[in-house]
Amino acid sequence: MEGLEGPLLTIITASTPLLLAALGELVAERSGVLNLGIEGMMAVGAVCGFAAGYVTGEPIAGILAAIVAGMAMAAIFAVVTLVFVANQVASGLALTLFGLGLSALIGDAFVGVPGLGVTNIHIPGLSDIPLVGPVIFGLDPLTYVALALAIGVSWFLFRTRAGLTLRAVGDNHVSAHALGYGVVRIRFMAVLFGGACAGLAGGYLSLVYTPQWTPNMTAGRGWIALALVVFAAWLPARLVIGALLFGAVSYLALYLQGRGVGIASQFLSMLPYLTTIIVLVLISRNQTLLRVNTPACLGQPFVPDR
Amino acid sequence: MRRLIAAAGAAAIVALAGSSAGAADLKACWVYVGPHNDGGYSEGHDKGRQMVAEKLGDKVETSYVENVPEGPDAERAIERLARSGCGIIFTTSFGFMDPTIKVAQKFPDVKFEHATGFKTAPNVTTYNARFYEGRYILGQIAAKMSKTGVAGYIVSFPIPEVIMGINSFMLGAQSVNPDFKIKIVWVNSWFDPGKEGDAAKALFDQGADIIVQHTDSPAPLQIAESRGLHGFGQAHDMISFAPDAQYTAIVDNWGPYYVKRVQAVLDDTWKSQASWEGLKDGMLVMAPYTNLPDDVAAMAKDTQAKVESGELHPFKGPIYKQDGTKVIGEGEHLDDDTLLSMNWYVKGIDDQIPQ
Amino acid sequence: MAVLSPVIAIALTVFTGFFIFLAVGVDPVEALYVYFVEPLTQWWTVQELLVKAAPIILIAIGLSLCYRSNTWNIGAEGQLVAGAIAGSVFPILVPEWNGPLVLPVMLLMGIAGGMLYASIPALLKIRFGTNEILTSLMLVYVAQLFVDWLARGPWRNPEGHNFPDSRAFDGWQVLPVIVGDDVRLNAILVLIAVAVAWFVLKRTITGFQISVLGQAPRAAAFAGFSQKKMVLVTFLISGGLAGLAGICEVAGPIGMLRTTVSPGYGFTAIIVAFLGRLNPVGILFAGLLLALSYMGGEGVQIALNISDQITRVFQGLLLFFVLTCDTFIFYRLRFVRARPSAQAAGEAQHGRA
Repeated sequence: MEGLEGPLLTIITASTPLLLAALGELVAERSGVLNLGIEGMMAVGAVCGFAAGYVTGEPIAGILAAIVAGMAMAAIFAVVTLVFVANQVASGLALTLFGLGLSALIGDAFVGVPGLGVTNIHIPGLSDIPLVGPVIFGLDPLTYVALALAIGVSWFLFRTRAGLTLRAVGDNHVSAHALGYGVVRIRFMAVLFGGACAGLAGGYLSLVYTPQWTPNMTAGRGWIALALVVFAAWLPARLVIGALLFGAVSYLALYLQGRGVGIASQFLSMLPYLTTIIVLVLISRNQTLLRVNTPACLGQPFVPDR
Repeated sequence: MRRLIAAAGAAAIVALAGSSAGAADLKACWVYVGPHNDGGYSEGHDKGRQMVAEKLGDKVETSYVENVPEGPDAERAIERLARSGCGIIFTTSFGFMDPTIKVAQKFPDVKFEHATGFKTAPNVTTYNARFYEGRYILGQIAAKMSKTGVAGYIVSFPIPEVIMGINSFMLGAQSVNPDFKIKIVWVNSWFDPGKEGDAAKALFDQGADIIVQHTDSPAPLQIAESRGLHGFGQAHDMISFAPDAQYTAIVDNWGPYYVKRVQAVLDDTWKSQASWEGLKDGMLVMAPYTNLPDDVAAMAKDTQAKVESGELHPFKGPIYKQDGTKVIGEGEHLDDDTLLSMNWYVKGIDDQIPQ
Repeated sequence: MAVLSPVIAIALTVFTGFFIFLAVGVDPVEALYVYFVEPLTQWWTVQELLVKAAPIILIAIGLSLCYRSNTWNIGAEGQLVAGAIAGSVFPILVPEWNGPLVLPVMLLMGIAGGMLYASIPALLKIRFGTNEILTSLMLVYVAQLFVDWLARGPWRNPEGHNFPDSRAFDGWQVLPVIVGDDVRLNAILVLIAVAVAWFVLKRTITGFQISVLGQAPRAAAFAGFSQKKMVLVTFLISGGLAGLAGICEVAGPIGMLRTTVSPGYGFTAIIVAFLGRLNPVGILFAGLLLALSYMGGEGVQIALNISDQITRVFQGLLLFFVLTCDTFIFYRLRFVRARPSAQAAGEAQHGRA
């Protein structure tokens, strides 16, 4: 069983940033807002997290800075799309562009500098059980946060009144408004939550996963997170599975190369993307599930009239 | 409003242009494929540029463009430098080869130097470093230090430069342990910390206990450090990222070459050539041998001295291809042309070269 | 107001840029000049601007048709690559064929390649209801990896010392230069595309269908306009145009099939489509403006040692400002005193200028 522990750990940690970013986007989309700017928010979160951690020497400062930075970026997006009612797709792209450029500008001073790492937790006794120990009890703190967040978001959305309201806003903002719910206010908070999660995901990359800052270190993960939300049919439980699946297939591609399988590396690297498409097609055949869970007003601008 | 800005701007430009012209005899310019401070390949070139600025600063003004993608954007960037008065332009990535040639044709009075390429012209030189010499030493160290007899090799793309490096590493390892094995992973990028780190993990999970890389980020070494394993740095001393894990690193040292060539332009002795220097000329240096027992460090230093003196050539015969065919015999060594277009593995490597 | 809004947005961007340059420690007036004005002052930079703008505008025209009908094609980058590959088949596999017919065939194959690749997300959406944002995006990565494999492997230049990239195209296989040193045939193709797109949108039934489907899907359904057909049609058009842009790049400025064919034109085109407000003529100007910002970014790097990342910041800001200024076109703001039963302090009425 020795050989399984390493891969499991790698897959779980690789899927953590995807899971974090996707959870935030899931909440935002459930409230009806399509935010394509995840990549930009992650990048700014990563650089601010790294900078704060480096300057203060405390990883926790970095984590907090990453969250705040993500929220700040999301706030810009929220103002543009919710107050000025601009097109959400375009605004999200603008956010990505702006975020990537800004993060590179801020990060200029921090390239080539080793960062703090965050050590994994270690529970004496439990963490030492072979295979199960490190995988379940020996992960880094943020991975546990991600899993807890997934449970929390699921509980919030489906078991609380506030979550029901949020879903209502996403499904039919006109009716929700007529009932007296503050549509703009709820969406604003959902978008901020999305930004906080994306920022945290970015901070995870620069503080835990590969403790350093380099421009473009998000490497398209924001787009993958976006795809995963659709893949998960806007259900947090499925999101966890989707993130793990994507992480597993990506890892498999690298592992197979090391094994000496004769397939060209480019085709192996295509595997995660092709797998996502194929599984999505298979899921899409269950139209009922999709129809029930897709927020009906996703991406539509809301203008209260009287 | 904009007309005001334009007028003010025009005045400012004229003032600035007036002040900078005539201050230096020569303007030397660089084109980088990545950021000038990427902690890897491009930063190595930038350090070289800084050495030129330091040593020849009173006569030479230096300038650079970074993050230039290979392709038409590169041609434009090089042309822009040529037009802005650069007397010698260093294009530091293989993918700049054709753009460099094209611009060189338009500007016959400007000198161009292209790194790691193979096309020259009357005003275009190519230059490269014999990195494979360092790789041989890495291979010997790896074979001595590895407990499992397997090293993980993380690489970017199957170009001759990289294949040459893999082969040289393997030959060095085999000179210590004929049964040494390597596992190779292609990450299809020169710089992707996330993927490089994942590749390192995958290799460690398959039994490798030493990591070698031909990619530019310190991520693989950081993974090695976190697992208590070891590896080698690439392009620049990465000890600060992995104080306990790095044995040594191949450090790019373009500075002295750049100083030499810029001086040649100043002295009017610059000629087009295809330059390929190595340890002997200081084109690359080995980072201090750390985390090694004394006898292994001594062996490495000894090999390094032998390579520098010419006594040992990493590609000395007998060398066999993977399928067993003999390429050269005892007493010979592979010539430069064979090395520069290398697309086969030596015997003992189990992988296939991606075709 | 419709014309004033983008101008205000540009002015706001310049204004913010003033402060950004100050923050970075550079003379803002000079920086703005180098950024926005200087590229227009020399003939060679103007040419380069046109060369850079051409593929972006071409792709953006196609994308605008998609976005007007609420079909989100995010995969133009992949369709560009597919077109580049398809169009390169003959020059690479049959290099001896070098007559006047080669180029038109290459261009047609490029269009076909892009269309074929774009049909995948379209058909998946029509047949299975699969979200096209996800499929078109994932396929971008697939296409990029595929061209990397081709250019390093089977289509590698046999005389290239085992280095990657295909053999160089020559003779009739190269897209000819028509103006100055660098402006090629694709500039004319772009103008034709702009004109045709304008005509289709304003004067044909198809264009009408596209617009109505985007603005009032239920009305369109009642009128018998088929959403599914439009998804396919718009994807095919945008894929074809992206493929054309791809083969034009490969046969023109690049001159061979390389491992990377585009520095992100497919994504920049999305921005240009929105900057031009999904209007062909607007896209033409937006594309030129964005190309200007690229030129400016390179210029400030050399002249003032500012990081070129500032270009992305500017582009993002410009898009944000254009989008917010648009609000004043699409909506009329009225401030009303807070009534007990009403909601917020502002109230808006829907209207199109």
